[in-house]
This record gives sequence, C-alpha cells and structure tokens, in this order.
Amino acid sequence: MIRAILIFNNHGKPRLSKFYEHYTEDTEQQIIRETFHLVSKRDENVCNFLEGGMLIGGSDYKLIYRHYATLYFVFCVDSSESELGILDLIQVFVETLDKCFENVCELDLIFHVDKVHNILAEMVMGGMVLETNMNEIIMQVDAQNKMEKSEAGIAGAPARAVSAVKNMNLPEMPRNINIGDISIKVPNLPSFK
Amino acid sequence: MSPSVPLQEMIRAIRSARTQCEERGVIQRECAAIRAQFRQADNGGRSHNLAKLLYVHMLGYPAHFGQMECVRMIASSRYSEKRVGYLGAMMLLDEKQDASLLITNSIKNDLSHSNQYVQSLALCTLACMGSAEMCRDLAPEIDRLLRASNSYIKKKAALCAVHIVRKVHELGELFAPAARSLLSEKNHGVLHGAVVLITELCERSSESLERFRKTVPDLVQIMKGLVISGYSPEHDVAGISDPFLQVRLLRLLRILGRNNETASDAMNDLLAQVATNTDSTKTVGNAVLYETVLTVLDIKSESGLRVLAVNILGRFLLNNDRNIRYIAMTSLQKIVGTDHNAVQRHRGTIVDCLKDQDASVKRRALDLSLALVSASNIRSMMKELLLFLSSCPPELRSQAANGIFTAAERYVRDETVPNLIQLITNTSELHCYTVHKLYRALLSDISQQSLVQVACWCIGEYGDLLLRGDCQEVEPMQVCEDDVLDALETVLQSHMSSTATRGFALTATMKLSTRITDNVDRIRSIVSIYGSCIDLELQQRAVEYNALFKKYDHMRYAKKDSTHFCCCGVILFCSVNSFAFNVILEPECEQLTMHVLTLYGLTL
Repeated sequence: MIRAILIFNNHGKPRLSKFYEHYTEDTEQQIIRETFHLVSKRDENVCNFLEGGMLIGGSDYKLIYRHYATLYFVFCVDSSESELGILDLIQVFVETLDKCFENVCELDLIFHVDKVHNILAEMVMGGMVLETNMNEIIMQVDAQNKMEKSEAGIAGAPARAVSAVKNMNLPEMPRNINIGDISIKVPNLPSFK
Repeated sequence: MSPSVPLQEMIRAIRSARTQCEERGVIQRECAAIRAQFRQADNGGRSHNLAKLLYVHMLGYPAHFGQMECVRMIASSRYSEKRVGYLGAMMLLDEKQDASLLITNSIKNDLSHSNQYVQSLALCTLACMGSAEMCRDLAPEIDRLLRASNSYIKKKAALCAVHIVRKVHELGELFAPAARSLLSEKNHGVLHGAVVLITELCERSSESLERFRKTVPDLVQIMKGLVISGYSPEHDVAGISDPFLQVRLLRLLRILGRNNETASDAMNDLLAQVATNTDSTKTVGNAVLYETVLTVLDIKSESGLRVLAVNILGRFLLNNDRNIRYIAMTSLQKIVGTDHNAVQRHRGTIVDCLKDQDASVKRRALDLSLALVSASNIRSMMKELLLFLSSCPPELRSQAANGIFTAAERYVRDETVPNLIQLITNTSELHCYTVHKLYRALLSDISQQSLVQVACWCIGEYGDLLLRGDCQEVEPMQVCEDDVLDALETVLQSHMSSTATRGFALTATMKLSTRITDNVDRIRSIVSIYGSCIDLELQQRAVEYNALFKKYDHMRYAKKDSTHFCCCGVILFCSVNSFAFNVILEPECEQLTMHVLTLYGLTL
C-alpha cells in the first residue's frame, strides 16, 4: 500500500502532497520537511530506495524516489509493494504528466495542481495502484476535462471568446483598402492586447 | 469556468511574495476572502474558492473551515463543483470529523449516477477516506458495481472493495464470489484490481485462501498469456507485457502456493519459464524476475528451481545498478533463515557491499552480514565488521555495535577463570600473596562472578597460607578461620552469586576442612545444608561431600600434608568443572581415589 505521494522541488517547497493515511496538518508538513531532508542528502548515483523517516512509520516503510531536474517525486510505500514496480510507476506518472501538459515543467505543476491531482486519481486510488497504461489514463482524464468544459455552458462564453481572440493570429492590417476606384483609409485600431 | 484561472492569480500573488512573512500576509487575506465567500449562500465561483483553499492547505496553512463547503459542493449537481468537492473531502476530511458522515448519502447517490465519471469520483473518495460505518453502508452498492458495469467502473470498484475489506474484515465474504468472476475479464485494469482484491481476501482469512486455491490454474493461464504472447503495444513497458500485472499475479501465486504442495506443483513450470525467459537488461525485467525469485523461495518448489532462484539473486548482487543490488540483499535477508548455505556462498560480495558509498546499500549489507555470522567464519567476519564500525555512518553505529556484541556472546567461550587459575597454580612463589590479595578483594565486593570464583578457589587451595598470615608482600592482617568461613558463607548465600560461583564456594569450604582444625563442625553443617538445595549441581556436591565426611573422616589427617585431599579435591574439581588439570595420583591415595571415582561413577 502506498502511504503518501509527495512532489517537492530542490528547496523543499511542496508541489503536490497526497496522503492515503490520515495525519493532522502539522504532521503532514513535518513529514514533507523530514522527507525532503532525507532525500536531498542523497548523492546522484546512489540507489533510489530509502528507509522511511520516523514520522511516516519508521523502517517498515520505504521511500522510493526519483529526481528529475528540479523536482523530487517521492512515493512512501510499505513492504507489500514491489520496489522496482513503484520505480516504474513513477516513470509512468511523469510520462503521463508530460503528455498531458506538453513538455511538463515545474511551473505547470505549480499552476495546475488540481489537474495533477486528477491525473493522479486515475493512477492510484486509496493507496493502491489502479491503472498503469498511459493511454488509458490520458483518455479518461481528457473525457473528464471535456465534461467539465461542457458544463461551463453560456457562463463560460465570454471568457472563452476573450481567450480565443487573444490567441488569434491576426494578419497584418492593410493601411489602405483599394477596390476598384474606391480607396478607404483604415484608421489605426487599438490593439486587442 | 474551470477553477483554474482565479486559482492561478492567487498562486502568482503568493509566489511574488518575497519573504515568509509577506506570504503569510497574502494567504491570510485570501483565506479571509474565501471565508466570507463561503458564508454567502449562492455563489457562482464556489469551486474556485475551494481550489484556492486546497492549495493553501498544501502549503501548510489551516484549512478546516472548508470542510462544510466540501460537503455542500459534493451535493451540487455540477460536475466541476463535485470534482473539487470530492478532492477537498479527500484532503480535509477523515473519519474522525463529523462532516465525513454527512457525505455518505451523497456518495450513495453518486454511486448510482448515470455518468460514469461521477460514479468514479464517489468510488475514489470512498476508497481514500471511507470510515467503517460508511463502508458497511455502501458495501452492497460496491458489490453491485463489481458485477454489472463497464470495465472503467469495475476496476475502481475492485480497489474500493479492497479498502472496505481492510476497514471491515467480515465484509470479505461478501466480495468473494464477485472477485472470482472478475478473473475472466480481459481488461488488464480490471484483472489487476481483481488480483489485488483476491490477494487482500486471502491474506485476511484462511477460508478464502482455501477457496481461492482452486483458481491457481486460471492464474497460471493468465500469466502464461502475458509471458508468451506476442507484442501487445498497449500494455508494453520496455518489451515486457504489462509487468505490473505480472508482478501482482506472481505475488498472489506466492500466497496461494505457500505451504501447499499441489498448488506449488501447478506453478513450477510457469515459474521456471518466467525465470528463464524474462529479459533482465531493463529494470522492468528485473522487477518481474525479482518477484519470481521471491515466489520460488517462498512456496514448496523443487530444488532445481530453488537453485536457479538463488543464482538469479547472486547475479543481481553483481549488477552495476545499485537498486538491483539493494533489492537482491533485501530478498537474501528474507531467505537467510531457511537457505543459509546458499546465501553463505555470496558472503564475499555482501561483505564488499559494506564498503559501498550508498548508505542504503550499507545498511542492507550490515543486516545481512550480521545474519551470516556463524562459528566457522566468525574471525574473518569480525575483522570486516570492526573495520566497518570504525568508518560507518553514525546512524548505523549502534546497530553494528549491537550485532558485534551479540555475535561475541554467542560464539566466544569465556576462558578467563580457568586460565587465571592455571597461571596462579604455576607461580608457586606468589601463592601467599595471591591468596591474601584475593581474600581482601572478596571482602570488599562479591558481585563480579569471575573474580569471586578465582578467589574462592584460591582460598580453598591455599587457605593454610592465608591463615598463617605471614606474607612479605602484603601488609599483615590477622585472618582467623571464622573470618574465612564467614566470607565463603556470604558468597554461598548472596543472591548475586551464580550457581557456578556457589559451586566454587562450596568446594572451597570443603577443601578447607583439611586445612583448618577448629571449625570442622561448622564446615560440616554448611555442607549438609546444601544437601537439600534446589539446584541439582550443588545438591549433588553437598551430598557427596557429606559422604566423604562420614566415610573417610579417619583418613583426613592420615598425612600431615594435604596431598590426599588435595588429590581428591582435584579429581572432584576435574569432574565437576571439566578443567584440564593433571591428576596427581600417589600410590597411598589409590584406594581413596578409587572410592571417590566409584562415587562419581567415573573410570580413569
């Protein structure tokens, strides 16, 4: 069983924290700090497994982590999970995020933390691995996002119109429109942006 | 509108705060705004506020005032609001909060919703934080979903059922039939969920275990399909077909085959096939191989297969990848009790891992090395372990020291007392000095067993030198017979003295009976008391000494010097303490010696 999934950056700031066992808020923050402390001490070429810290349950639990650029992905698991399997699961998770966000970076995780939660919910449920097939996960997440968008309905129209215009590629405005012998001078329109 | 836009603005504001104090200020302002908005009855942007609150919660600030809002959002009819509401419930609520009971009804309704994504939200939340009461209420719903729904819902329902079984063990019976039928599904996600559910049921109750043993052929079939079948692009991970499912199946087979001959036989072929065919150049291949090895070692497999498994572990130990070495040592640790000799073969590699840079690998190597210490390799192992102790990281020091001490206790015989006695006997010029010094030491402290034993022996042997009192090297001290007997009696009666020490004291008392003249009766009474002692060793000695008193009293002073009783004492001493002393036999003592020996049932 997976006890917790944590993503934090090289300075220990949490980017995602999902606990499958109940802890108080203070304890959760302490666990994040303790895990960061344990994981950041590790060299680059040592193995990816660590015994868990005191707070998360001690030596019965293992921390399996992977370091990608500025982020640490840490899964805290007990002995019923296969260590190498979880390592692969982290890889699948990161690849899925990459597909969903188009070359994911830390900023994507910061500003779309709810989306990351939704993706994670399709992979791990109640501390157990649910789905490991990347295409299946992405398919489900897309369907759910579509549902949300369609629900926005009329209320969402102005916002969508604004974002559509902002992204529109306006061709260069002609200064003069010459049709036959009519010449129209186009006034200077204010920029949409 | 999705909750993301206002959320992003808040995140931007928080990130632009330059100090912790500023950040706190921003967050407090935002929380106040959110609180105010929650209190408003109908609000278009509800989901934004809750999303903001959850972000703030992740950073560590209190967010409990959002709990009721979660409950309200879950009951809403809009999907976006439900989604955030359920996420909030998973993060903020737990079974101890009263609010969690309020969502039970919502979950119940959502489980029968027409939209599968709403159903999945409800299942996810129930599996995450469902309390025992909630689980009991909703178990029949989950069972229904396990049987009749699409594969997306079935796989989620299976894992939800696992959570329910963990919370309320009795409900395992309810899910068993559905779990069995799920094994015939084709969808890998559902199969995976079904295998996890069956694993949980088998671990919980032995009746389930018996029942599910019958599914071993089906499981073997599924596994064969995965291993042999051709390339299947949707489940392929680096060339292996759905390794996650393979690993789960192997684990379940392990549980079913443990302690059961028939089940183990059915799996032997499959395990051999997996072990030889799996590609071990990638991590996924190694994950499957590792699980296979663990299974082989845990069930009643045939010996050829076991040898193959341990060899695979040995290969892992030599792998360049530290991860592989780490897990190889973890699994060797599990089997070191049962297949000790097989693991001993890899002792060299394991001891080398003690010098690895990685702290985790060092820890595993230490555990395994301590488990491999045996009487034959103790010297070389100790050398390595002591070297390790001098340079190991601080968190491992106590464990290493503890292990070294335990090994020392188990394998090292304590030869101090006999060696010291031998030394004393051989330096005859120091007998007087030695006995005086040891007597004084005995008077001051009788807690150190080895010292007391040597002191008693010396008093018994050289008591006459002690009583004579004229020794050059020590300051003169008048020691009378009563004092000596008092000292020996104190040792006999003290609760600090071990049985061996008491034996020494009793023998010494007995030996003194030839060296002293006035207090023989006292000695006789002391010795006879121990004739009814509970400890068998002491009782035997006391009874035999008594017999010597009665039968051979006339021989006590036959010779002026004490060689007779010296010789008897030595023989008695030899037989009861198994020291390798030379037995001095003089012709006059022969008769006495033979009597003594028959008393002991010994022959020379």
